Amino acid sequence: MRRRLSLAGLLAAPMLWLVVAYLGALAVIFATAFWSTDPFTNQVVRTFTLDNFHSLLSDPTYLRIIARTLLIAATVTVACALIAIPFAFFMAKVAPRGIRGLLIALVLVPLWASYLVKAYAWRTMLGPGGVLDATVGATPGYGLTALVITLTYLWLPFMILPVYAGLERLPDSHLEASADLGAGNWTTFRRVVLPAIKPSIAAGTIFTFSLSLGDYIAVQIVGGNLQVLGTAVLQNITLDLPFAAALGTTSALIMVIYLLAVRRTGALENL
Amino acid sequence: MRLTTRARAGLWAVCAIVLSFVYVPLGVITINSFNSDRTFSWPPPSLTLKWWQLAAHAQGPRDALRTSIEAGVGATTLALVLGTLLSFALTRYRFFGSGTISLLIVLPIALPGIVTGVALQSVIQNVLSPVFGISAGLFTIIVGHATFCIVVIFNNVTARLRRFGASLEAASADLGAHPLTTFRLVTFPLLRSALLAGALLAFGLSFDEIVVTTFTAGPGSPTLPIWIFNNLFRPNQAPVVNVVAVVLVLVSILPVWAAQRLGDNAAAESRL
Repeated sequence: MRRRLSLAGLLAAPMLWLVVAYLGALAVIFATAFWSTDPFTNQVVRTFTLDNFHSLLSDPTYLRIIARTLLIAATVTVACALIAIPFAFFMAKVAPRGIRGLLIALVLVPLWASYLVKAYAWRTMLGPGGVLDATVGATPGYGLTALVITLTYLWLPFMILPVYAGLERLPDSHLEASADLGAGNWTTFRRVVLPAIKPSIAAGTIFTFSLSLGDYIAVQIVGGNLQVLGTAVLQNITLDLPFAAALGTTSALIMVIYLLAVRRTGALENL
Repeated sequence: MRLTTRARAGLWAVCAIVLSFVYVPLGVITINSFNSDRTFSWPPPSLTLKWWQLAAHAQGPRDALRTSIEAGVGATTLALVLGTLLSFALTRYRFFGSGTISLLIVLPIALPGIVTGVALQSVIQNVLSPVFGISAGLFTIIVGHATFCIVVIFNNVTARLRRFGASLEAASADLGAHPLTTFRLVTFPLLRSALLAGALLAFGLSFDEIVVTTFTAGPGSPTLPIWIFNNLFRPNQAPVVNVVAVVLVLVSILPVWAAQRLGDNAAAESRL
């Protein structure tokens, strides 16, 4: 009984905080998605309606925005994986032991450097007359390509770290065995390494996908006047909160579907 | 591993390319903060300390810096208390629903930040300001930040508690110490560096947060990242913005560096 009391004492304050301040807020926003806005007074009308989702799915503009956001998130995820896998493999299996710690630190430090500043840095890199323009003589300018580059840059460490952790767990002897059985480097990678780190890659994609899906700051900095889910939420928030809530719910829903899809790979245990 | 020379060379090249991809943009803004040209023409025509001096005397970034520090300290303090309580509850007790609670702790950083931000904003608009008279400002920034800082403290303290187990505390109790004495003489000293590491990381996270903060900060109290974002598109502010950006990188990296030296090596990875 005393144990139960002290457990309750430990849990009371934090649970009150998380449930009231956080879950409560989330519940309010999901409820708001099913309300509407009076077109004359701009006041939120608190009666249940599916209008927001209906107009969302019937308006080609918003369908295009959702498709574009998904495309960006998918491209960024694939780009992160393509860069992270060889790099993490190098870190875990090729680099001399002495410099591994240093490499990890080098990957971690920018992860903590301000998100905003990193997006800003790419703005100066990609801008007309910027570094890329001056050294290479060409720049994609602000827009879709710039956004994909910037987001890949921003979320890359989130992919490198789980993949590295997965490779660390893969014993070197498996690679040796594969080579002894006559497999070349590429075959070993495809048949031994890749299946072993699949859950880790999936764990990394959860971050890259979710973070790309919810981004609305980098888009404004390097995306020119590109529209994605995040900016659409932002534009509607003052005038039509229920519609903004419906857009936010949609991105949360996409994320839940994605989580359920990758759960089968065992990704959630590798977070 | 036995790699062909070509594969090995290729991987070294990948490493070099990735690291330069990661560091060149950060290097460029650092150099640009000394670039004498107002529009950052590249390469810099000459170097100057003018912008650093200008930024040091600018009122906007100073006020924003103060807000950021206050918000960081407030959120870190709250998160320290709540996160530590949670990790004691979840490591020292087995109970129904503990899995759900650990999921709930991670949720604020797993869901897209904009969802959390919009949710908090609608609470401020619909509940806090009409019912309690609290409008968006420092207090609401702290509430938002604390919500996602809890997980950082929780991860650090939980890792430490798992490592030491409960046997030392049991021994202290067997020797007749009051629970408070045990906490003061046994548990707290064991946790001290984990708490400090967690606090530094939480502060770093709070210091550069912008996604949630845009929705919880009022118009009168921008944090440093918000100040940068608001001035990002004003060409005449560009040099000062750039200096502030470099400062922001340094200030958010230093705590992580310190935390890594202090705590468990996994500490800095707990952002994940």
